[in-house]
This record gives sequence, structure tokens and C-alpha cells, in this order.
Amino acid sequence: MSHYSSYQAVGTKVLTKSFIFLGVIAAIGIYFMIDRFVNGMGAVSNLNGGYPWGIWVVYDVVVGTALACGGYALAITIYVFNKGQYHPLIRPAILASLLGYALGGFGALFDMGRWWQFYNILLPGNWNFNAVMLEVGLCVFTYIIVLIIEFAPVPFEKAGKAHKLKALNKVLFFFLALGVLLPTMHQSSLGSMLIVMGYKVTPLWQSLHLQPLFAILTALIMGFSVVIFEVSMGTAALGQPSEAPLLSKLTKAIVWLLSIYLLFRFGELAVRGKLGFILDANLNAFMFILETSLFVIPLMILRDEEKRKKGKQLLIAGTCLLLAGSLYRFNAFLIGYDPGPGFSYFPSAPEIMVTLGIIAIEIMAYLFIVKIFPVLHRAEQA
Amino acid sequence: MKRREFLKAAVGSAAAVTCGGVAGSAEARENLKPAPEAVGMLYDSTLCVGCKACVTKCKEVNGMPPEIDGEHKAWDSARDLSGKTHNVIKVFRSGSGQNKDQMKDGYAFEKRSCMHCVDPGCVSACPVTAMRRHDLTGIITHHADVCIGCRTCMTGCPYNVPQFEYDKPFGQIQKCQMCNQAGVERIDQGQMTGCAEVCPTGATLFGKRSDLLAEAKRRLTLKEGEHYLYPRGDLANPSKPHEKAVPDYQQHVWGEKEAGGTNVMHISSIPFDKLGMPPLDERSYASISEGVQHGLYSYMALPAVALAGLTAIVRRNTVAQGDESGMDTDFEHDEKEEGQS
Ligand code: SF4
Ligand code: SF4
Ligand code: SF4
Repeated sequence: MSHYSSYQAVGTKVLTKSFIFLGVIAAIGIYFMIDRFVNGMGAVSNLNGGYPWGIWVVYDVVVGTALACGGYALAITIYVFNKGQYHPLIRPAILASLLGYALGGFGALFDMGRWWQFYNILLPGNWNFNAVMLEVGLCVFTYIIVLIIEFAPVPFEKAGKAHKLKALNKVLFFFLALGVLLPTMHQSSLGSMLIVMGYKVTPLWQSLHLQPLFAILTALIMGFSVVIFEVSMGTAALGQPSEAPLLSKLTKAIVWLLSIYLLFRFGELAVRGKLGFILDANLNAFMFILETSLFVIPLMILRDEEKRKKGKQLLIAGTCLLLAGSLYRFNAFLIGYDPGPGFSYFPSAPEIMVTLGIIAIEIMAYLFIVKIFPVLHRAEQA
Repeated sequence: MKRREFLKAAVGSAAAVTCGGVAGSAEARENLKPAPEAVGMLYDSTLCVGCKACVTKCKEVNGMPPEIDGEHKAWDSARDLSGKTHNVIKVFRSGSGQNKDQMKDGYAFEKRSCMHCVDPGCVSACPVTAMRRHDLTGIITHHADVCIGCRTCMTGCPYNVPQFEYDKPFGQIQKCQMCNQAGVERIDQGQMTGCAEVCPTGATLFGKRSDLLAEAKRRLTLKEGEHYLYPRGDLANPSKPHEKAVPDYQQHVWGEKEAGGTNVMHISSIPFDKLGMPPLDERSYASISEGVQHGLYSYMALPAVALAGLTAIVRRNTVAQGDESGMDTDFEHDEKEEGQS
């Protein structure tokens, strides 16, 4: 059974008003990116000696790649757990992952202080196997290539040259397997990066040995949620058919992951005697409560047999989880990051514009590609 | 049969990836030990008079420009470490701030520069080995020729020492390298560090780590008010000592054990947290991080095995789903369509 005929380009006009609006934001972002390259990072950002990482690393790379875990989550579901019924969702998910990771990689490049020497991380002679950053860097780099290969059949199909891909076809399963392994490795490592920061990460988010577990669980939760989010938005904005019945099954996986996550998360706080910090009247405690609520509310919705069948409830749950996972990472890396007295950080306007510009480019690319290429699943023929 | 084993291996390794963090704790390595001929400095806050001779000499040795802070254009007024400043003298103050080395209405100086950690976070975190600990001397040097400017070393340094030159389009990481970087090499040439050489009171003393630690401990056992001949310069070959009454020392040598210890150690009569030292346990974060990192790798049963298992599973499932390509590209259909048109 093949699904080929069931994918098609959306085919509506590309230059819509919202597309132009996004284009303006992208242009402002690009302006400041150029400024950064010409005048140095300090000209654009509020980074300083205590806060070497700001929203560029934390949003573009740490949060952005997790938001791009849809392809990863679906690949596990479809190809590892053999759930073929999710095929209709794979192409848009892979596309979103490709864009998310590619722009995350691009974000990492312009955040790199010595970007013209970036190739040093590719030279084995320089590798420091103790450094978590090495693993993250190499895995993300390789995964971007894997995603390009995974997506390759789509443009070839568009060009009517799919038969040219027979050789790739024979080995693509290998790249799919790599596409499951690599995010597992680098997403857990993104968490491990917090360990060496030690006391600078506020106790509520410094879980040392458990960091990789939390990172991989939140990445998977966000991966499944982003699939739900994208499909629901596609239904609303692009007039795509509702996939609610399929989605409601995916939510079972989320319920499991969420339960395990919350169990370990609170277990860690309890065992290390850190629950008291939640009651402090400060920003960290507030952010913790906000983050936790965003994890717990969807759990309540998705556990409910009736509610999880409703598209709107699904969208609410999915959105909450995306916010929750993003906030978890923002809190751990930035809001709850305290290098000691004398340092403060809040992103500058140009810094925010660069990040918004990247998001705009990503959405524009997604819209453009689904309108031109056969990515989205077509309604079942009656 | 074989497939089943593959499946087991893959599921096992996938589970291990997620649980590796938990189990990994058992794998964590010990803190690193001091290098065999570790050199360092002892900074005695009670001797420091805040003259900033060390700051000036440091700038001279390292070819750093003075730092102008806002309107105060008349003098080098670095407030903290930066891309132009490897060494800075800070002040602690309480109340009216009149009495040196006392908590009540007192003040005290504190020198901030690289502590040359025994188990350095900056070295552990750097992906490209641009931060290095010297095998014999334990000096931590930075090598800009390979550095990619990711600034992970900054996040991994408990003392916020490495600084990036944010104001330059082609900036680099800057930090104290104990005056022994290529082109300076004061230690290799048998000299002492610049800051120790010019320190008029012996507040900054150069020497072997073990000797400095012994000297620090000796000072802590002295009786308050007794006169002591404080050595100056290089502990192995000191210049004329500075005689002074012994203050009321805190019974703590900062850097003996903190996060695995440092080669630059501090003593003071003011508690170290008041001087802005970070809250550190004896266990280094680098050792925990590396333990988890290597634990994950070994639990993934060497990613290769995991990949082999995953590949077998994915291959079986794509075939079973009639989707060999994994992206649903139907070649026959495609060719048929081409034939029709
Ligand atoms: S103080 Fe910081 S920069 Fe210096 S050795 Fe220790 S971790 Fe590295
Ligand atoms: S900024 Fe340079 S020295 Fe620091 S961790 Fe990155 S590559 Fe290493
Ligand atoms: S050892 Fe050299 S580089 Fe380091 S603070 Fe002293 S003078 Fe400056």
C-alpha cells in the first residue's frame, strides 16, 4: 500500500498579506544580523561576562531544536513502533524539523563568537570527548544532513524524477534510523550541558544526573505536541482535513511521557529537599509554578477519554505543552541562571528582532514549501 | 530470531539513553588531582592595600589597553574582568567601611583573576580543546587559533573568568594564563607571574601549589597580633619580607578543596561569600558532567550497536508498511503517470 497519491501541494497563492508581514519581520532581523557581523556581538546583543548565552542560544538552539522534534517523535512512532497509520503526518513533520534544525544551526553560527573558525569542531584532532557541547554540535550538524536526505524524495517527486532516487530509496531506512538515534543523543546532551554550569543553574532546575532524562522527555513531549499543533493549525489555516482521530491516539504516548516526567521531576525535588524553593516568593518559584501548570493542565485534558477526541481540546493541550517545554528550557538556561552578583541580562530589542526574524523565515519557508511541494496529506477521496 | 535480538538491543539501548542519566551517577569520575608540578599563587586579602600595581603590570605583560568606565576618563577603571582586563581588585564594604579586614563597618580587598582550577570547568566544557590544562604546571591556557567562540567555557567557569570581546567583530576569549601563554612564557623562563612580581606587600605570592598551601596553613595557625615576616614575590626565592601583625584569619584556605581545588588560593579575614566567592562544594561539576556524558555513551552501548539495532527495526517496518523509502514515494505510480503524459 502506498500513500504517494495522498500527498499534494496546497497550491494557493504564496504572496499573501501575512506572508508579506512575515517578510518585513525577517528583513528587520536580517538587518541586525548583518550589524552583528560588522560591528561585533556587543553592538546588537546584551550579552556580557556573566551571561555569555542569551536568547540566541537558548531560543534558537535549545528551544528551537526541541520544537523541531516532530519528525523525530513521528519517526519513532512509525518506524520503530511500526505504526503505519501515522504516515499522513510524516512529511509535514519532517519538513518542520528540517526548517527548525537548519535555522537552529544557522542561529548557532551567528551566535558563534569566532564563526569563521567553525570548521575546527569538525576536525577530529580538536575533539574534546569530555565536552557535552562537542556531542551537541556534531549531532545537530549530522542530523541536519540526515533531515535533508529524508526530505529529498519530496522535491524529486515534485519534479517527476522520483525514479532517479531508487539508489537512495535502498538506503533511506538507514538514515531514518540515524534520524532516531541522533536526536536521542543530542537532545539528552542539551540537558547535560546544564550540569557543568553547576550552582549558576537555580536548584529548582539543577538536577545534575537527571538532566539528560528531563531533556529527552521534554523533547519527545514537545515533538508529539508540535505534530498535534501543526496539524490543528493546518486544519484551521490551510483548510486541511481534520486529523483528530489519528491525533487522539498519539496523545496516549504523551500521557505516558508526561507522567514519567512529572514523577521524576518532583521525585528529584523531594529527594534532594528542594520542594521548599517552590514556596519562595520570587521569580523562580513563580516560573516553576507556571511551567508545572502548563505541564499538568494538558495531562488532565489528555487523560480524559472524551476530551482528547475533540480537536479544540487537543489544540489547547498541544499548545500548553509546547509552552511548558519551552519554558522549562528557558527557565533552566536563562531565567533561573544566576552567575552571581553584578550581572544581569535581558535581551535587547535588536537581539529579539533577530530571533523573531528567524522564526519568520522559518514560517515563510514552511508556507512556501507546502504550497509548492507535495507535503501535506490530501483528504481521503470519497 | 536475529531480528528479535536486534530489537532487544535497540529497545535496551533506547531505554538506557533515557535512564542513563540515573544510572550514570555510578560512573562519575573522581575530581582531578593537582598537576605534579602545579604552580599557582597565594592571595592574602589582609595584606592587599588595593594599590592595583598588579592590575597595571598584568595589562603591561598581556598587552591590554586601559579600560575606561563611562565618564571616568582619567584612569583605568575596570570594574570587573573583561576582554581588556585579566585581573581586577575589588572591594568589600560594610557599614561605614572604615576598618580594614573587619566585618563591622569594615572593608577588604579581593583579587579576581583566573583561579587555575585543578579540575577546570572551562577545559572540560570546551568542545574543541581550546582551553588546556598543562600536564606539569597545571596552568590553564587558552588557544584562540582553534576556539570557535561558543562561550561554553564561560558558562562552565564557576568564577566567570573567561571573557569574550563582544565589542569586536572578530573578537576572542580572554583570560589570565598565568603569564605563560605563547610569546610571554614568564613561568617557563623561570620568572614569576607579573602580578606577584610587582606586589609591594606580598599579598600576591607566586610559588608551587604545595608550598603555597603549606604557607597558607601556617598563617592560619599564627596568633593574632604576633609579628610575622611575610615573604614577597616568588616563595621559592622571596625578596625582602614584609613584616606585619597577624590579623584574625578565617580558618579556611579558599581553593584547597573548592570544586576540586584551585592553584590560585586565597586567605582572608572576611568570609569568602562576602568577598563574592561562589557557593561551591568539594565535588567539581566537571567530574559530574563528564561522568554523565561518558555514562550515556557507554549505556548507548556505543551508539553503533544502537544504530545497528535501530536500522534493522526501521528496515523491517518500512518494508512491512510498503514504504521502502520511508517517505512514501511510489515509483511505479510515478512512472505510470509519466508514461501517460
Ligand atoms: S577559574 Fe574558570 S577559567 Fe580559570 S581555570 Fe577555573 S574554570 Fe577555567
Ligand atoms: S569559546 Fe572557545 S575556548 Fe570557550 S568553550 Fe568555546 S571553543 Fe572553547
Ligand atoms: S598571572 Fe599574569 S595574567 Fe594572570 S593576573 Fe597575574 S599578571 Fe595577570
